[in-house]
Amino acid sequence: MPSLLDQYLPLVVFMAIAAVISGALLVAPFLVAFKAPDSEKLSAYECGFNAFDDARMQFDVRFYLVALLFIIFDLEVAFLFPWAVAFHQVGVFGFWAMMLFLGILTVGFVYEWKKGALEWD
Amino acid sequence: MIAALFFYLFSAVLIASAFLVITSRNPVHSVLFLILAFFNAAGLFLLLGAEFLAMLLVVVYVGAVAVLFLFVVMMLDVDFAEFKQGFMRYLPVGGAIGAIVLLELVLVVGGWRVDAASLANVASPAPPAMSNTLALGRVLYTQYAYLFIAAGMVLLTAMIGAIILTLHHKVGIKRQDVAAQNARTPKDAVELRKKSFRQGV
Repeated sequence: MPSLLDQYLPLVVFMAIAAVISGALLVAPFLVAFKAPDSEKLSAYECGFNAFDDARMQFDVRFYLVALLFIIFDLEVAFLFPWAVAFHQVGVFGFWAMMLFLGILTVGFVYEWKKGALEWD
Repeated sequence: MIAALFFYLFSAVLIASAFLVITSRNPVHSVLFLILAFFNAAGLFLLLGAEFLAMLLVVVYVGAVAVLFLFVVMMLDVDFAEFKQGFMRYLPVGGAIGAIVLLELVLVVGGWRVDAASLANVASPAPPAMSNTLALGRVLYTQYAYLFIAAGMVLLTAMIGAIILTLHHKVGIKRQDVAAQNARTPKDAVELRKKSFRQGV
């Protein structure tokens, strides 16, 4: 087994403990909790009214725009990580390649700022 | 040994959750199973030694793309009763296409021969005495700089495309304009006029 995977042993332990605890909390109410359901208790309660609508309603498309712009800058940051790790080895060329990349995305950033895509009416 | 155990665990959960993505009734549940599939794929990447790719899968796909899918699912406004309608009508065409794709896949995988000598040339995810992220960084910004800049262009296109497709400003909305609001003086805001008595305004 390579040493890389050994470094992930704490993560495995963490995941196992988290799974056990969350699983126990999920199962325990079914086993020990007192249950006496009737139709009134189980019906949806919305301030005394019958439910007007489905909980799943259509979203405004602008949420999608925010999420998409987030993804793009998320990816930009993801590209920064190997660059930062290999900073001393990539040299001047690698430095300017990244500056060009950031410049291209800054063009897009200025565009969306000027266009008002970051503003919520 | 333990690595093999984890490989089978991740693969089994990956295939099971991928199957549940396409079979579960509720599209929101499908997205949640997709997130589980992403996590297991990240685990498989980790077993291969592709550490950076594994972390990227969690950060980008689970953190951002899954949220995007959730928004898409919410925006579609799916009517579950409508799903069932026309199922039988589209079954022959859909089944035929599925059968053709399956046949193609069987032909491709059946005809697949791996040259034993080529396996020796497979790039290692992490050359000796170097982490995977460092190895990636050393080639990504020098040898593959052109592709890297092209990726930047693709991101720029995505940004502009998203804005053009979805941005629409409502008209007649009062926005905050701090500079204009601070520059306002009583002189431009208040107007005093002489009006004669009992004339109305």
